[in-house]
Amino acid sequence: MHIVDRRRNPGGKSLANRQRFLRRAKEQIQDAVRDSVTGRGMKDMERGGEVSIPASGVKEPALRRAAGGNREHVLPGNKDFAEGDRIPRPRGGGGGGSGQEGSDTGSGEDEFRFALTQEEFLDLFLEDLELPDLAKKRMVVGEAAGFRRAGFSSTGSPANLALGRTMRNALSRRIALKRPKPEALEALEDQARAAEEAGALERAEALRSEIARLKHRVLRIPYIDPLDVRYRQFAPAPRPIAQAVMFCLMDVSGSMTEGMKDLAKRFYLLLYVFLKRRYKHVEVVFIRHTHEAKEVDEETFFRSPETGGTVVSTALEEMRRVLAARFSPDDWNIYAAQASDGDNTASDNDKTAGLLATEILPACQYYAYLEVGREGDHGPIGFIPRETDLWRLYTALRADGLPIAMRKVRHRKDIYPVFRELFRKGATTEASP
Amino acid sequence: MSELLFKGAEWDFDTIRRVHDACEAIAQNELGLSTYPNRIEVISAEQMLDAYAANGMPVLYKHWSFGKRFARHEGLYRKGFQGLAYEIVINSSPCISYVMEENTALMQTLVIAHAAFGHNHFFKNNTLFQQWTDAEGILDYLEFARGYVTECEDRYGATAVERVLDAAHALQSHGVFRSPRRRVPDLASERRRELERRAHDEAMYNDLWRATVPASGTTQRRADDERRRALLELPQENILYFLEKSAPRLAPWQREILRIVRQVAQYFYPQIQTKVMNEGCATYVHHRILTRLHEQGRITDGHYLEFLQSHTNVVFQPSYDDPRYGGLNPYALGFAMMSDIARIAEDPTAEDRDWFPAFAGCGDAMGVLREGWAAFRDESFIAQFLSPRLMRDLRLFHLADEEDEDALRVAAIHDERGYRRIRRALARQYDIGRTDPDIQIADVDLAGDRRLVLHHRVLDRQLLQAEEVKAVLQHLADLWGYDVVLKEMDPVEDRILKEHHAASRPGIATG
Repeated sequence: MHIVDRRRNPGGKSLANRQRFLRRAKEQIQDAVRDSVTGRGMKDMERGGEVSIPASGVKEPALRRAAGGNREHVLPGNKDFAEGDRIPRPRGGGGGGSGQEGSDTGSGEDEFRFALTQEEFLDLFLEDLELPDLAKKRMVVGEAAGFRRAGFSSTGSPANLALGRTMRNALSRRIALKRPKPEALEALEDQARAAEEAGALERAEALRSEIARLKHRVLRIPYIDPLDVRYRQFAPAPRPIAQAVMFCLMDVSGSMTEGMKDLAKRFYLLLYVFLKRRYKHVEVVFIRHTHEAKEVDEETFFRSPETGGTVVSTALEEMRRVLAARFSPDDWNIYAAQASDGDNTASDNDKTAGLLATEILPACQYYAYLEVGREGDHGPIGFIPRETDLWRLYTALRADGLPIAMRKVRHRKDIYPVFRELFRKGATTEASP
Repeated sequence: MSELLFKGAEWDFDTIRRVHDACEAIAQNELGLSTYPNRIEVISAEQMLDAYAANGMPVLYKHWSFGKRFARHEGLYRKGFQGLAYEIVINSSPCISYVMEENTALMQTLVIAHAAFGHNHFFKNNTLFQQWTDAEGILDYLEFARGYVTECEDRYGATAVERVLDAAHALQSHGVFRSPRRRVPDLASERRRELERRAHDEAMYNDLWRATVPASGTTQRRADDERRRALLELPQENILYFLEKSAPRLAPWQREILRIVRQVAQYFYPQIQTKVMNEGCATYVHHRILTRLHEQGRITDGHYLEFLQSHTNVVFQPSYDDPRYGGLNPYALGFAMMSDIARIAEDPTAEDRDWFPAFAGCGDAMGVLREGWAAFRDESFIAQFLSPRLMRDLRLFHLADEEDEDALRVAAIHDERGYRRIRRALARQYDIGRTDPDIQIADVDLAGDRRLVLHHRVLDRQLLQAEEVKAVLQHLADLWGYDVVLKEMDPVEDRILKEHHAASRPGIATG
């Protein structure tokens, strides 16, 4: 009898099969993942989770019998049946004892449920989206710790022995100390032998003693001395990584309802998750504004109510201040998303346009404007829906060739399609109602 | 001798060794079991899930369906809907039992008695396993199969291999020989023969087609029909075997993959037919061994109660009207039958003597059981050994569900008139010849469009599930390379009830 402890065996034996399965059912899973987003809260976004896909996509067909025909069952637990009794057929066909072939292949089910890991979830969720204008020339400084070579040291572990450097040291020391070379010794030996044969005994004697002296010297000067040994040295060093900052600008004046904020929040969330996937380091700055703007933390940003007028330029002003203070456009990839119901104080429009055109947009990688509306907010019948102040303003800016992505969203279920539209591969930043 | 094997719930490898030796002594000396050498492998929960996904096989080729199975079990397990089995045992020599690390010492004892001796004895001695499986060769063969499939994926692309495997899996249930063949399976030589076969096949199947092109003339044609059927070994119930040998447009590696799937299916074929007996044997053996260990004072009363609790859970049989009812529990039926046979052998009633004159009161319960375990499968075992008393205990009744009638009819209950009918009906329920639809390749239209003709001999008017048939036939047509038709025939009236067609798609068959 043998006992084998397999617990330490590498896990993930099914990984290859799992990947094959995910690839196989990719389309269905992707749909399921996207559907599941609608029902998810903010915090769940980055977790994996359970999805269910229609079983038909991953069906394993086999030659099975259908229900019907003449069947017989032997069942346990007879209580009061007598032979010849007739029992109304239970609804749902054959019923009774056919359950014994419990299907472990998942056959006969409408839905197949299983759990995805976070990694898989996000991969599927964000697949074939890309960040526009991703490359910034200088993407520097992050906090990822790495090791880099830091010269040589005379102490270290044998694994780090720098052989080349050690041999070089040994060679120069041998040269400096004039360690006799084997060839030189051999040549002297030959001379000594020749002298002996020639009968020049004195000379031979001198040569012999010279040889003895040199041999002694060889012994005293080692081929490799501990002094020569060098080790490669490594020092911890931060590795430069791409970093990004994301500005969330939101109008929190009285006209923005909770529903609208929720829409905005969902959009920010997607953007955040998306940036997280592309950059090791993502900072988020929350700026909310009424008739004045302030940088706040996330909790305040989404929760705390505020009243006041609406002056968009204050938010842009605040963004410019934060940019100047903390995020130099040279070092950071800057993304901004603005959510608003489209209201602005009329007198502020020019200032807003000016700020955007001269300060904000040139610094940004990407600027998205999301106009949120009330669900079912279509205006009176027969009227063309009014274009909001901001929408008109931004459309004008776009017409001048400035890169602003604009979308209108009224319902939660639109968020994801809109997001995908903005970031799908090869998308251009065009406006659409 | 009366030293405790372990205290408390903790165990280590010494405990397992002591437990194994104690169980072995009882199994060999008192129960007279003969087993393959044992290998006990301790695994974690995740590895148990891995094993589930691969039908319990320690190695298996890669395919998405195993990933699906894993995902499914993992989901259920994580949510707590499903516990994991305490063990998995593999019909191989040495016989591998996987035991979970979470088990208590007592559970490990139970598992070792159950799997390493009960199942092991059954695998080694049952005639079906001897006929159909090669316990020495299976692990090496699976290793070969995995390597071969991986190599094919490298050479021909994962998608191409997946298509063949998908198709083969769809036909897997009809990729077995149902009656014994001349040759005893010898999986060890499969690897060597694969190369020879490849060369041989390539030379041969062209000859086959040449030889079977019909000449003109009716008599000539009839003779040719006969000859063609003989050459193609028709009618043929093993669809995968037929495709492997005769599909005209498959590449050699595709044939080999069909062969691998078929060998695996064949390996599992006896297990399907002996579920009740196999579990019954293992459960009866663990019950005997654990009880004996308790009598010997090697496990405490507390542990014995723990054992009885698990044991009763395993052999619990809800009645038909219980919400928990999910068919006859093979553990319950198996264990009840084994205990009943032992009772009849040792302490029979007059009725038992009537019904089982051959062994009632013979006194050698284990002898009778060992012979039974060796010689039968579920269907014949039930037909032979189910006693009236057990039918009364289980309160079995027989329900007939005729398509034309609007109500079910109680055809027999546990009374004098009903015993034999119930027993026959229950045996039929376990007859794989009846539970699996009888589908055979009947003919090939070689003269015309090379259409493959299959017949389903419909039993009790039970037709096939149309959706599934469609999908499977599509796979079959893809492999065959030409059209396929499946005719569902009523064997009594000899008329066609339904036909299914499929046309080959490009992709698999290239030749």
